[in-house]
Amino acid sequence: MSMFEAVLLTIVTASTPLLLAALGELVAERAGVLNLGVEGMMAMGAACGFAGAVVFDSTALGVLSGMIAAVLLASLFAFAVLGLATNQVASGLALTILGLGLAGLIGAPFIGARREPIAHLHIPGLTDLPVVGRLFFGQDAFVYVSLLLALAVAWFLFHTRAGLTLRSVGENHTSAHSLGLPVVRVRLLAIVFGGACAGLSGAYLSLVYTRFWSPGMTAGRGWIALALVVFAAWRPGRAFAGAYLFGAATVLQLHAQAASIGLPSQTLSALPYLATVVALVLLSLGKRRAVGAPGSLGTPFVPDR
Amino acid sequence: MIEMVPREGDRAAAAPPPLVSLRGITKRFGTLTANDHVDLDIHPGEIHALLGENGAGKSTLVKILYGLLEPSDGAILWQGEPVALQGPQQARALGIGMVFQHFSLFENLTVAENVAVAMPGDLPIAAITERIAAVGEEYGLVLDPGRFVWTLSAGERQRIEIVRCLLQNPRLLVLDEPTSVLTPQEAERLFVTLEKLAADGCAILYISHRLEEVRRLCRTATILRAGKVVATIDPRSVRAREIAALMVGVEIGEVKAVPGHAMGPERLVVKGLSLPPEEPHGQSLREVALGVRGGEVLGIAGVAGNGQGELFAALSGERLAAAADAVRIDGTAVGLLDVTSRRRLGAAFVPEERLGHGAVPDHRLGENALLSRHGTGGLVARGFILADAARKLAFRIVDTFDVRKEGPDPRARTLSGGNLQKFVVGREILREPAVLVVNQPTWGVDAGAATVIRQALVDLAARGSAVIVISQDLDELFEVADRIAVIHAGQVSEPRPTRELTREAVGLLMTGALDESALKAAEEAGVVHAS
Repeated sequence: MSMFEAVLLTIVTASTPLLLAALGELVAERAGVLNLGVEGMMAMGAACGFAGAVVFDSTALGVLSGMIAAVLLASLFAFAVLGLATNQVASGLALTILGLGLAGLIGAPFIGARREPIAHLHIPGLTDLPVVGRLFFGQDAFVYVSLLLALAVAWFLFHTRAGLTLRSVGENHTSAHSLGLPVVRVRLLAIVFGGACAGLSGAYLSLVYTRFWSPGMTAGRGWIALALVVFAAWRPGRAFAGAYLFGAATVLQLHAQAASIGLPSQTLSALPYLATVVALVLLSLGKRRAVGAPGSLGTPFVPDR
Repeated sequence: MIEMVPREGDRAAAAPPPLVSLRGITKRFGTLTANDHVDLDIHPGEIHALLGENGAGKSTLVKILYGLLEPSDGAILWQGEPVALQGPQQARALGIGMVFQHFSLFENLTVAENVAVAMPGDLPIAAITERIAAVGEEYGLVLDPGRFVWTLSAGERQRIEIVRCLLQNPRLLVLDEPTSVLTPQEAERLFVTLEKLAADGCAILYISHRLEEVRRLCRTATILRAGKVVATIDPRSVRAREIAALMVGVEIGEVKAVPGHAMGPERLVVKGLSLPPEEPHGQSLREVALGVRGGEVLGIAGVAGNGQGELFAALSGERLAAAADAVRIDGTAVGLLDVTSRRRLGAAFVPEERLGHGAVPDHRLGENALLSRHGTGGLVARGFILADAARKLAFRIVDTFDVRKEGPDPRARTLSGGNLQKFVVGREILREPAVLVVNQPTWGVDAGAATVIRQALVDLAARGSAVIVISQDLDELFEVADRIAVIHAGQVSEPRPTRELTREAVGLLMTGALDESALKAAEEAGVVHAS
């Protein structure tokens, strides 16, 4: 395997969790809900995913456990922001803190345990092609799921009636309500979907990326996913591009460190995050305000009766 | 003008039972009773007017009828059967369509998507597009299904709302203040559509506070005052002044012109004022030129969203011009000065939004008096607020302009719209400003307060100030303005003396369809009345 091929493969691994989490948050935000708890839900997905996999000795059941845990956390958030119409920013931040703490608690007994690598696709002939073989035909199931999910979300949002309803609810919840659209139900489903995606993303981290659990292993990826949604201007296609761009930045800085190019390693580690900040600043400078943010994003919905 | 023609519905109007009856509808919000035992019958094929001042309870009543609000008491009968509406979905299933005053549209969706989202089932966009075209053709509602809503004018947006209702084959169509955002010509087109709908047997509940259009369109009018039905009349057989008196409860005064005051020199001069749009969907200002003399009220008419807010911001200093001499106050170039500096030179400004722009909702009146007066003396000493002086000023405003309030120094949000507007306008007028710029002075204000405010503007000009009134209300401009200009797509037309203008002529300018020379040609051709 050439160096080039190895770099490409690690980029895919680094990008997949970002893409999964960003897609979930994108759908929630398209419905008008700003869930800043992605980092916490990812941590829960990672901890419970790993714990489940060890306890049941099954990666599939582990992934399921991680997703269920994150969905439960998301439901708590939904209860607060939909049921009680609390401030979404504050609730989301609280969710992150809660999620990180709970994940640490649940994961504690599993520190030091390791999982075997999971199966990768292998199609004789295709997978053995030079350079592109393993890149396109030798990935694990998560990678293919994340790519299909990006396509599915794009198709759902822009080509189905349910997607139109979801976008309308996020665009103007007062109008949507007066047209008889079920604002709260749509948002609940969107939040749950966001939770499931964050859980899947977290499970990927602990079951594939590292194959062990350690506290704080999400390392801010939830926040990056949130930034990616803005970066993507709430479009799944661009979320895909953004996730892979950021994944590439993360991997390349590691290689730059290895090649010791004379910059302090801390500076290099900070580069992907710096790149995100710069990208966000440039984006909002260009068009000021409306870069396509859903009109009702972050506003609690309280119908009068 | 389109002649009234006898309609299908008229013959039968007396005979069939009402399509919908409201019986004893009462709605309380805390201590406020918005609707107090309201009874209302609407028959198929009838255009029924619901008249009343702002705050009379019209919007509350139709929200109940549409299932958006739950009545505290009373019943809704649909074809004689009581129904309990749990939400708009149910009202729409019965065949009730609603066109809101503030449209329920989605700016970042296309016309077709806006319609599709309200349709039951899962029709493909192509089918929706076809149906939009079909209904549009039948009722003269032209729409481009692929356009995004934010690119459309208010008139076009309203057409989307109406088409959306019509595609559901409504039995009852409710329109809440439909003409408030339309030019006279657009309103005329709407009336034609409504008459055709009524002729097809659809019942229409038409909510308005504009008497002329109600007299033109409706044969029955129910008048609401303070939440109660005070009369049900035939609006064509009762004099406009009597209807107005029923709506307000007292005789309305008229704005009296102040005769024989002299016109001074130009106190506010605008030259070559251009501004780029502030937001992606915003309006730019293009080469605005104006001069207002002391003693004069200049009216600026226009359909909402044509640059009124931008013009106000440029005149007040909330946005700076490119060059200092684009705006001059009493000869001083102020184009690059901020709001407070312009106030210190004798200018005063009243923005469109009372709550949040003109006044801080949770601040008391004394603190709100300070808001626009802190830089012009008497209320601040060495960086400290003279709270007593501010409160005294607030009381003086309250006394002079008859501001009704509860408690000695209440928070701004507790005042009614009309009273807060009197306060905000009074705060500026008491200063005797050299120049006053006011945007939509009586928007959402009851007729009594509106008269007080308009009279104050006219009197201020008579004392030598230059006054600019930016307004969508043509009746208001014809009442107060000496000259009227029209703002359209960020350009301001040459002001013309009010007495030489007709509403139709101004309305045509507001659509941007005509420039000055075309207007003259239209007058000669008899399309508009020559003055």
